Amino acid sequence: MRWISIGLGLAVTGVIGFFAVRELLIDPLYFFELFLGGLTRGSIYALIALGYTMVYGIIQLINFAHGEIYMIGAMTALIVASVLGLWGWNTAVIAILAFVFAIVYSCAYGFTVEKIAYKPLRHAPRLSALISAIGMSLFLQNYVMLAQTPEYLPFRTLIPDFHFWEPYAHIITSVELTIIITTVIVMILLGILIKFTRIGKAMRATAQDKVMAALLGINVNNVISATFVVGSATAAIGGVLIACHVGQINFFIGFLAGLKAFIAAVLGGIGSIPGAVLGSLVLGISESYFTGYFWSEYEDVFAFSILVLILIFRPSGILGKHDAQKV
Amino acid sequence: MPIKNQIKQSLIIAFWFMILTFPIMVIKVNTIRHTIDFRWANFLWVGIVTFFASMIWNYFLRRNEEQKKTDIADDIPLIHKLLQNDRFRRPFLGLVAAFFIAYPFVFPMYHTSIMISALVYVMLGLGLNIVVGLAGLLDLGYVAFYAVGAYAYALLNLHFGLSFWVVLPMSAFLGTLFGVLLGYPVLRLRGDYLAIVTLGFGEIIRIVLENWDDFSNGPRGIGDIPAPSFFGHQFGQHDAMIYMYFIVIGLVLMTIFFVHRLEHSKIGRAWIALRDDEIACQAMGIDKFKTKLTAFALGATWAAMGGVVFAAKTSFINPMSFTIWESITILCVVVIGGMGSAIGVIAGALVLILLPEYLRAVAEYRMLVFGALQVIVMVFKPDGLIKSVRKVYTFKAREE
Repeated sequence: MRWISIGLGLAVTGVIGFFAVRELLIDPLYFFELFLGGLTRGSIYALIALGYTMVYGIIQLINFAHGEIYMIGAMTALIVASVLGLWGWNTAVIAILAFVFAIVYSCAYGFTVEKIAYKPLRHAPRLSALISAIGMSLFLQNYVMLAQTPEYLPFRTLIPDFHFWEPYAHIITSVELTIIITTVIVMILLGILIKFTRIGKAMRATAQDKVMAALLGINVNNVISATFVVGSATAAIGGVLIACHVGQINFFIGFLAGLKAFIAAVLGGIGSIPGAVLGSLVLGISESYFTGYFWSEYEDVFAFSILVLILIFRPSGILGKHDAQKV
Repeated sequence: MPIKNQIKQSLIIAFWFMILTFPIMVIKVNTIRHTIDFRWANFLWVGIVTFFASMIWNYFLRRNEEQKKTDIADDIPLIHKLLQNDRFRRPFLGLVAAFFIAYPFVFPMYHTSIMISALVYVMLGLGLNIVVGLAGLLDLGYVAFYAVGAYAYALLNLHFGLSFWVVLPMSAFLGTLFGVLLGYPVLRLRGDYLAIVTLGFGEIIRIVLENWDDFSNGPRGIGDIPAPSFFGHQFGQHDAMIYMYFIVIGLVLMTIFFVHRLEHSKIGRAWIALRDDEIACQAMGIDKFKTKLTAFALGATWAAMGGVVFAAKTSFINPMSFTIWESITILCVVVIGGMGSAIGVIAGALVLILLPEYLRAVAEYRMLVFGALQVIVMVFKPDGLIKSVRKVYTFKAREE
């Protein structure tokens, strides 16, 4: 199995490398544009994938409702921005308030979802928690659909076109630039949170061993809640940014985005935070090249095929450690 | 906890939810006419409903805790007790049989048609029950196999003129084949990855059907699929429906028979053991991978047969019939009815599919309720409405 994987890996890399070099020589600008498009896409995936990977790291559960939290973030931003816009507020204030509300509300939803659907099932079989998560996702989607609308809603971008960026705007728009920069900032902040703060330390301890962490005086329930809140916050940022980029949202956007982010998290090695970021960028960029050079309608098929291939040949992901199943 | 504190706690929770749902429940922005509706009535309703819901929720949580402490062993569902009793079982089964035989003759065609759909779900539910309920593998792409069956019939009929009765066994075989093909790479993985991979596979099949125009006619779908014939005789529209109804009844009976036999066979016991404890099961010498693969492939077989029936009944299929919602509906049937329990799944399918059909006014809340029910069932009654009862094997000493 090992030699097959290595051989296949080399062959695939060779073919991809050959095509990449050829395309680069034919049309370098297009190649570069696709790269930046992929980078933008990957940044959004990374913001969502972080929530998946953190939650998985700490309670070994795929939080199916995570995509919905991202959708609720975007939806809240849309509602707040429209209301304030109609009241004639300043655009800069609107943008800031929309972001703040989206983050606060997403965190609140993430927190509540954990308390309702996952906490009572902490000691139940894995399958129960997973089904409960799917139920929650279904519920949240339909709740937004019924309370708001099943139609696509136009989302007026919150990010203005920067003047200083105008000369380069044909290569990468200011929204895309904002997405990439925001993602980098969020990653750095998150890294600091995990590495250097008390709660970050508690999170790492809980992820390693819940019982031991509890024995050492860590309130495991609070740590799990905090993990959901942090994950929801990054998802909300991703939701608002992608809504600014795409310009329209509906109740269903969380489903596919959540799946893609999950694939990215698995690709990088689920449970590992740098892995989630790396996996997202790899997935985003390769998806961008695939749609740019091959068939754009099979974009999702491509992503799922990557997932299946990764799970067959390297289930622990690019950066994940292989751990034996414990009894 | 004294009642005063409970009320206080519920009031806090109600207030929390009123704030939490405020932007989505109360504000409604019309982005085209640029107006805002404030629906303050919803604000109040959320408060009242969550107040009582949290009281009930907490009450049941506490009751569950206490039940766990006392640990009562004898909680076999009423229906199982009744069915074990011979005096009750015969008249009961007789009544059920009489009802289902008389059904298409008593009720108009519309109701027969709905009943056929519900019975197809019974079949699908029982098939998925093998995968999810018995073997404990969460399959979220069940609809893919359903689509395989439906498209197999539609395409084989369109191109080669094969009839329903020829395609039905062929599609069963095709379903098994697809089950093995998909199961082979992914069943080595841990359970939660399987859910995502199957979900992805379901979507892949749908996207391919939508985009591969030459093969599947794309989103326009395939029409004029003939209803099944009776030894070469085609019925009129009304009789064809009744005929279809009895075919489905027959298939359901066959499914029940097979599933029942499988459940108590060696492989069925291996599935249940594998679901309950993988490691212990492997230590007992059961081939984990092969056992899982059989469950997965058998589940796919039933889905494909259900697909053929579906195509024959609606006489038109397109990729829109095979979305993720279909998979989730079938999963709901199994989960809410009772994982692993055939009676539960049958009851679940009939209730969950028939009720929304007759309560058209609230049909749009169907998925919302399904989602909520999944969470509630998992938290309070993980075994579903009618839980499965394991067969008791008694040792009979040989008389000498």
